[in-house]
Amino acid sequence: MSVGYNGKVLIGGIDIELERGRILTLIGPNGSGKSTILKTIVRQLKRLSGCVYIGEKTDFSGIGAGGSKIQSSTSADKIQKFDLSGGNNYINIKPAVMTDMDKLSDSELAKIMSIVLTERMNTDLLTCGDVAATGRYPYTGRLGILSADDRKKAYEALKLVGLEDLFDRDFMTLSDGQRQRVMLARAICQEPEIMVLDEPTSYLDIKHKLMLLNILRKNVAAKGVTVIMSLHELELAQKISDYILCVKDGFVQRYGTPEEIFRSDFIKELYDLDNGHYSEVFGSVELRSEKAEPKVFVIAGGGAGMMEFRRLQREGIPFSAGVLHENDVDYELARAIAVKVISERPFERIGSAAYNEAAEEMKKCGRVICCVSEFGEMNEGNRRLAEEAKAAGILCEDYTKLF
Amino acid sequence: MEEYEINYRKRYSRYIFSYVALAGILAILFVCGLNAGSVSISVKDVFRILFAGEGNEAQLNIIWQIRMPRIIAACVLGGELSLSGFLLQTFFRNPIAGPFVLGISSGAKLTVALSMIVLINYGFAVTSWFLISAAFAGSLLSMCFVLIISRKVSNMSMLVVSGVMIGYICSAVTDFVVTFADDSDIVNMHNWSLGSFSGIDWENIKVIAAVALVAVTAVFLCSKPIGAYQLGESYAKNMGVNIKLFRGVLIVLSSILSACVTAFAGPVSFVGIAVPHIVKSLMKTSKPILIIPACFLGGAAFCLFCDLVARTVFAPTELSISTVTAVFGAPVVIFIMLNKKKQI
Repeated sequence: MSVGYNGKVLIGGIDIELERGRILTLIGPNGSGKSTILKTIVRQLKRLSGCVYIGEKTDFSGIGAGGSKIQSSTSADKIQKFDLSGGNNYINIKPAVMTDMDKLSDSELAKIMSIVLTERMNTDLLTCGDVAATGRYPYTGRLGILSADDRKKAYEALKLVGLEDLFDRDFMTLSDGQRQRVMLARAICQEPEIMVLDEPTSYLDIKHKLMLLNILRKNVAAKGVTVIMSLHELELAQKISDYILCVKDGFVQRYGTPEEIFRSDFIKELYDLDNGHYSEVFGSVELRSEKAEPKVFVIAGGGAGMMEFRRLQREGIPFSAGVLHENDVDYELARAIAVKVISERPFERIGSAAYNEAAEEMKKCGRVICCVSEFGEMNEGNRRLAEEAKAAGILCEDYTKLF
Repeated sequence: MEEYEINYRKRYSRYIFSYVALAGILAILFVCGLNAGSVSISVKDVFRILFAGEGNEAQLNIIWQIRMPRIIAACVLGGELSLSGFLLQTFFRNPIAGPFVLGISSGAKLTVALSMIVLINYGFAVTSWFLISAAFAGSLLSMCFVLIISRKVSNMSMLVVSGVMIGYICSAVTDFVVTFADDSDIVNMHNWSLGSFSGIDWENIKVIAAVALVAVTAVFLCSKPIGAYQLGESYAKNMGVNIKLFRGVLIVLSSILSACVTAFAGPVSFVGIAVPHIVKSLMKTSKPILIIPACFLGGAAFCLFCDLVARTVFAPTELSISTVTAVFGAPVVIFIMLNKKKQI
């Protein structure tokens, strides 16, 4: 399908197929069109071309079998399909029972899809319970009167997001994060097959970010809900998603599993990170430091140097690090922010080449910090380096008073 | 029982209490309205006339031909007016929107004045249905202007300002037309263009009641989508509301309601803003299914009270109804503005 505003195609050629009970996350820079795609899927925006299908497929498609096979053993396996722009090349999948989303009425769609948006609302004298209970709207009668059962479901949804105490509180008195959680509760008690969330983690603190993702995971596992959302936090996207869709410059840059997507070079390209570095090991970004003559040499290893690396970087002191094994976390970080890293192959004893290079670098820097307190066979070289520095009088014992 | 269910019951009793209170006030005002006036008829006599049909000729006439139609008109039109205000506030998400503020009443006033003058000039009789149709056309016309402006400006204070401007333009044209109308027309017209419930007869009441019955029932049946719309358009759509259809229905209904009022009583200010606000604060909710009937009751009571004040306080001089509604309604509007300042 193609999406955009006012007839102008913003992103074309989106072709996704997603099974029931999977989490798809859209990532990409600001303004790349993630929200546009989501809004088009939920029919808030008119689709420019292509189709969105929701339906059941009797024969099981092989991708990512896992848990969904249990459900498929009894009857059909639901899949949601988003077709190519223009072309309708899924017609030949048989004996699929696929529904074109355009053929569903608004109220039918409401029972299938629920949304959480970032837009701020001004409600007037509605309690959180009232707001959450609006998720039951598609299930109520002509006048929208809530049954005791509907109220119970709204209450339980609020309990799920940890806000049951605020059931009778005015929605307007809540903080942004709490409102976001009420809206999540609303989406949950709508009991959808598909949840579409636009940046659901914005406004949330770290605890509630985790809570949100946990709730989504639980919903997916227990009810086979499919989740489509956009996230800015790459580390969270990596941890929760089954599939990632990368959007940038009017194209879907890549679509695949987190393992395929979260590569240093690709993320760097996706977000044009010229002032930072994305580490695939940490799943997060590091600030790029100035390239300058290193003033300190840090002996590290086994994660002992990470704090010190960050402190030096914060204070704008260029540094070199060594001798680090290439499978060490310190190595991963140092590679991102140190001026020079002297390394040794994984699980190898520090060899003379690396040792000599480090000794050379140490002299050039003029000061040495040793973060390592325990030495063993593998990092014997580092112990000798520290001793050498001490002998030369350039080892700083109390390195908080370094400068 | 869970705490939320207990609280739910508590709120439920609050709703019932509010309804009973509103209905009680309305009933008392109703009797007061029949009782008070330039000829005072005691409450006892009022009941005798109403239920036993006994009394002297003059009193019977005063009650049945003058006061009763006027009071019923004040009730029904007041209810319609406050409902129209409630709909417009929902539609524009603006707590101080209302038919008068947005210039919709003035638009109706203009078309009614124009068509009345034209009709009287050519010697046709002016029927109630004709008046309503003319007012409805005028309401829709101003509504269209307001809608066009609201597309361009998203700021809610700007919307109100432009509504007031539309109102002034329409009023100016109306005054112009009235000034140059025949002397015999002016007497009636001048009174009407300021707003008054006087001079409404049983024939008018039939039309008013018919329109009110249809429109108010329609509004009540819309309470489900209105409730969804309170969360914003995107969420309403996700709940299965056909937004385009719903917006259309809302515009037509609020126009009919305010047109009906303007056609018979002229422009009446502030009821549409003040009453929904008071009712919401009283019931501590904004759920349309509860608010819509309460709004109607509240509007009826408010207008009845204001009409009572208008015709009794400086009797035999009668104040225009807008003068009185403004005195009691405007402070409420100022209060809302101060309260909502953070959000504007």
